[in-house]
Formats: sequence, C-alpha cells, structure tokens
Amino acid sequence: MPSSAPDASSETVLEVRDLKVHFPVMAGAVMRKQVGSVKAVDGVSFTVRRGETLGLVGESGCGKSTTGLAVLKMLDITSGHVVFEGEDITNHDRARMRPIRRRMQMVYQDPFGSLNPRMKVSEIVGEPFEVHGLPGGRAAYREKVAKLLDMVGLLPDMADRYPHEFSGGQRQRIGIARALALEPSLILCDEPVSALDVSIQAQVVNLFQELQERLGLTYVFIAHDLAVVRHISHRIAVMYLGRIVEIASRAELYARPLHPYTQALLAAIPIPDPEIEAGRPQQIITGEVPSAMRPPPGCRFHTRCPQAMDVCKTVDPPMREMEGGRAVACHLHQ
Amino acid sequence: MGAPLLSVKNLSTEFRTERGTVKAVDDVSFDLAAGETLAIVGESGSGKSITAMSILRLIPQPPGRITSGEVVFDGQDLLKVDESEIRAIRGNRIAMIFQEPMSSLNPSLTVGLQIAEPINLHRKTPWAAAMDKAAELLARVRLPDAKSRVKSYPHQFSGGMRQRAMIAMALACQPQLIIADEPTTALDVTVQAQILALLKEVTRAANSALILITHDLGVVARYADRVCVMYGGRIVEAGPAREIYARPRHPYTIGLMASIPRLDQEAGQRLVPIEGQPPNLAKLPPGCAFAPRCQRAADICRSERPPLVQTTPEHLSACHFHAQLSA
Repeated sequence: MPSSAPDASSETVLEVRDLKVHFPVMAGAVMRKQVGSVKAVDGVSFTVRRGETLGLVGESGCGKSTTGLAVLKMLDITSGHVVFEGEDITNHDRARMRPIRRRMQMVYQDPFGSLNPRMKVSEIVGEPFEVHGLPGGRAAYREKVAKLLDMVGLLPDMADRYPHEFSGGQRQRIGIARALALEPSLILCDEPVSALDVSIQAQVVNLFQELQERLGLTYVFIAHDLAVVRHISHRIAVMYLGRIVEIASRAELYARPLHPYTQALLAAIPIPDPEIEAGRPQQIITGEVPSAMRPPPGCRFHTRCPQAMDVCKTVDPPMREMEGGRAVACHLHQ
Repeated sequence: MGAPLLSVKNLSTEFRTERGTVKAVDDVSFDLAAGETLAIVGESGSGKSITAMSILRLIPQPPGRITSGEVVFDGQDLLKVDESEIRAIRGNRIAMIFQEPMSSLNPSLTVGLQIAEPINLHRKTPWAAAMDKAAELLARVRLPDAKSRVKSYPHQFSGGMRQRAMIAMALACQPQLIIADEPTTALDVTVQAQILALLKEVTRAANSALILITHDLGVVARYADRVCVMYGGRIVEAGPAREIYARPRHPYTIGLMASIPRLDQEAGQRLVPIEGQPPNLAKLPPGCAFAPRCQRAADICRSERPPLVQTTPEHLSACHFHAQLSA
C-alpha cells in the first residue's frame, strides 16, 4: 500500500495560523485611494506534518493559490502566522527568506509558462545550484542534474535540449526536477496536473507519490479536482471564499462529508461509470461563488447552501474540532 | 429505427503545416439518432473538435481541407451544399456551443441582441418579438433576472452566466442538433454540473440530439447515451455508454479508465498510467496509432492499421486483438 499517512507523532513541517491576505482595491485616476479590499484569504489555519500531503481544494476565488503563495512569502501577508520547521517566517525579509527558500519549493500549473524557453533543461534544473551555490564546480553540477533527471523519469541526454522539444507531461517533470534540486522538505504544488492530458496526469501523480516515499517529501497539493486531490492527499482542506470550511482525512471526507459545500462538491463530480451515475441522486447546488470583495455576511456559503438556517445569515460559524482530528465550520455541527 | 438524423461517413480532414500535411480527422464514421446524446471522447490532438467543426464546415481553409467523406444531416450532405445553404443551417437547425463563451460572444453587443439575432435572421421574426423571445430563452436557461439581463453585455456576466446565454442562443431556433465542444471545461466544478444538467434537460425537452465533445470520462458516464473514443484522428472504439464502460474493447479505452482517480474507489492506490506520450499527428506510425503505448502491441499492430469492426452489433473496436480483450 503506497503512501500511508504519517502518524500523528510526526513533526510539524508547516503551521499556518489565522492567515489573512487582503488585496487593496484602488479607485480614482489622480487621487488614488483605497475603496475596499479583496479578502482572498481570510483567516486560514492548518498544519502539515512531515511526509504528509495536505490537499487544498476549492473553486476559483476560494484562496487556495493565494494561500500557497503566502506560505512561500511571495506576496504580503496581512495578518496571521506562517511557521516553517519551527521558525516563524511571517515577517522575514528577503535576506532571511533566502536560506528558507531552499527548503520550500513550488511546482506550477503551467508547464509551458514556467520554464524559460531560452534555457536548456540542464540550466533550468541546475539554476538553483547557481543561485544558492553548489560545492564541487561544473563536474558536480552535471552529475547532480543527471541524477535529478533520472529521478523524475527523464533520460540523461535530454539535459541539452530546450523546453519546446518536450510534451506537457515531460515539461512538468522538468519543473519537478528543478523543485527537487536543493532537496527541499516542503513542496507546494499548484494545480500541477490540471493542464495535462488525462492519460499523462496519472504518470505525474504517480511520480509525486514515488518521490514522496523515496525522499520523505511533504506536499501541499492545491487543485480544483477533488478526485485527484483525494487520490494523492492524506488530509484535505476544503476552501470557500477565503476560508477553510472543512478539514478531514481523505477517507472521512468522502465517507462522511459534514459541510454542505463539501457535499455539493462531491455530488458535482461525476463517477466514470454510467451504471453508478444512473442511480446517484443529482443534487446540484445553484448559483456561483460570490465576489471576494463583498463576501456574504454570516456563513459565506449561506447564499448557496441548501440547508441554510436563519442563524447562517448573520453569524459566521467558527471552525469546530471534531473527533478523529477533523474540523468543520458549519452551524449544523456546532 | 428509421434513417439517422446525422450520418457521418468516412470523414477526413487535413491541415497543411510547416512539417507536412497532418491528418487531423482520418476516416471517421458515426450515426446519431434524433434526441440522442453522443459523446466524442479524446485527449488533445485526438481530432474530436476538428470532427465537430468539419460537420459544420467551420474548418479554416486553407490551411485545413475536408478531403473526403459525407455528412448527411436529415437527408442532405452538408459537404455538398453551397455556402448560403450551410449558413441557413448553422445556428438554425444545428447549433454549436464552444468552450470559451467569452470569445464566442460579441463584447460590444448586448446579450439579448445576440440571442435575438438568429431568430430574426433565420425565422424572419421582427426584432421586437425576437427580443421578447430572447428574454424568454434566458429565463428558460434559468438566468437570474432574465428580463433585465437582456440588456447586459457579456462582460457583465460570470463564466457560468455566459455559458447559460450561449445555451439560450443555441436553443433560439429550436435546432435538431446541438454540438457542444468542451462546454464546461473553463467553469468551476459546481457550475459545470449545473450547466451540463441544464444542457441535458433542455435538449431532452426539445428532443434535440446532442454531440458532447469532452475529455472527461465522468461527464460522459453521467450524460451520454453513446460514445465514440478518438485517438490520433481516428475512432478507436464506439458503442452504447454502458457497454463501453462495462466491457471496453480497446486498450486505449481500458488504459484511460485505469488511469483516472475515482471518488468511489479506495484512495491511495497507485493509478495505472498509460506510458509514453500522445501521438504526433505529423508522424503517425504506419500501423495502429496507439501501438507505441500499448502493452499488448504485437508485430501486426506496428505494420497494419486495425479496421473499426463490430465486436457486437452495437459495439465497435479498432484493435487487432479486440476479441481477446476483457477488462
């Protein structure tokens, strides 16, 4: 059985506490002033243990990618804390982030846009060594690159080719090799397979899992496809409009989803079997995700929730810890 | 069963590129009955979209060219009619819905006007009445505030609302056939489900046939009556949806099903990917296009192209070893 979940005693690699990322909205051509803010991430907390994959799932505008970028300190954090390997990095400046960034890497969605077309694969994968300095000079460098390419299932002679000579799946492997170069402990993967063809997605998903077992990597896996997220993650946080609404182990989340939004997401995803689909109740929620500039009062999901009560319209439900290490923010479960 | 509504026979479409001529669609044949939903499934470059565009003669010429075949729609070969006749059919008796609603709507015209236009054009309905009809159609696709939204511009709509407007436009002239090319790929998961359910509901109510082009095997399972699986420009397997999922008879279909994670299966198990890369249409192998990635490939697969043959009266497979395959 591959990638069994690390036990609760494993060390915490990443802790995010009440993270908020608000983007100012400006208006006026001459007298520019702030007229509001987009609350892209609005009070998000979670922990990730060593060797674990935490899935962040949700629809556009839920804040999953912004959360990833904030953890990497690639944008300004409004409030809250990000603690990486025991060190609070929330207020670290660039210089202090430099050694941290070696241990925290990112794999992007677009395997076409994230690789420099003018660089050879060996330069792309080896660039982190140049930036952070690798002892041993050129020979050590070539050897390292060859080892990394092998690790992600690419051939050594591919090192001297350019990105355009590769297919989408191969480019994503190049991106993964680059992320692995400095032996990070945490990799944030932002929709790493959603741009790939179906038959190629499985290759890359399997590669992520193999690397995790071999290298003991920790992943935060950000995606909108709940079937993929559930497949690769040990625990899953479901996000809606800047908040986590439910967090649970993958088994619990599917067997016993508590939040109506989690239930709606699960119901929306068809199962590739016509027999099963024919007997499945089709409960499709109405409406679309509201603007993050003006999130609804009370529970942010109440405007679309089939079970909304009066209290949901006014009172924001807090996250409540439940047994089995899961938590949910819903008035039905207070 | 009488004559099918649409009968595509031996359709081939080529594109001239810098690297030579590419056969994007190669000898594709299928039938579609009135009121039926057919899914054409495939990955990028499989020829699924080019097949749909060839049916409506929307292939840019040059570099594209339909080299052979027939597209018989309601007794008439659409490849033989002149330009004015095909225009009278497009948007009228056959409507098309595209993946990107923003790029298929005119940003400088109101949504209502764009829905009313085909009604005015094809049905000669006066503008005022056509605009009323547009509001009615927007209500039918359950656009909130349909009456006042007729005067909105596309940019004032969300992605889901735009796709609803596209469906309203497609329904405007009560087409016998709607072709939807990845209609929900750009949308959020919950909105995807809404739009597909709506599309299925309105086509059923109007008894329109639907060709649904998609890469998503889950969507096919939920909505399609019949399926054509395409690979490298050809149909490799076709048949009733239930039959294809229960007893796939082509290694590519079997491979696709094993490679996707399913919500109803135990998580954490290894997926079984299809090794290798999708085919390069400019350099297709002489035999079966899937042979380089097929674990069952034998010598014959690398030299001889397998014909699409019946494995049962309703189920077709283009594999030399279809009789030995059972998933």
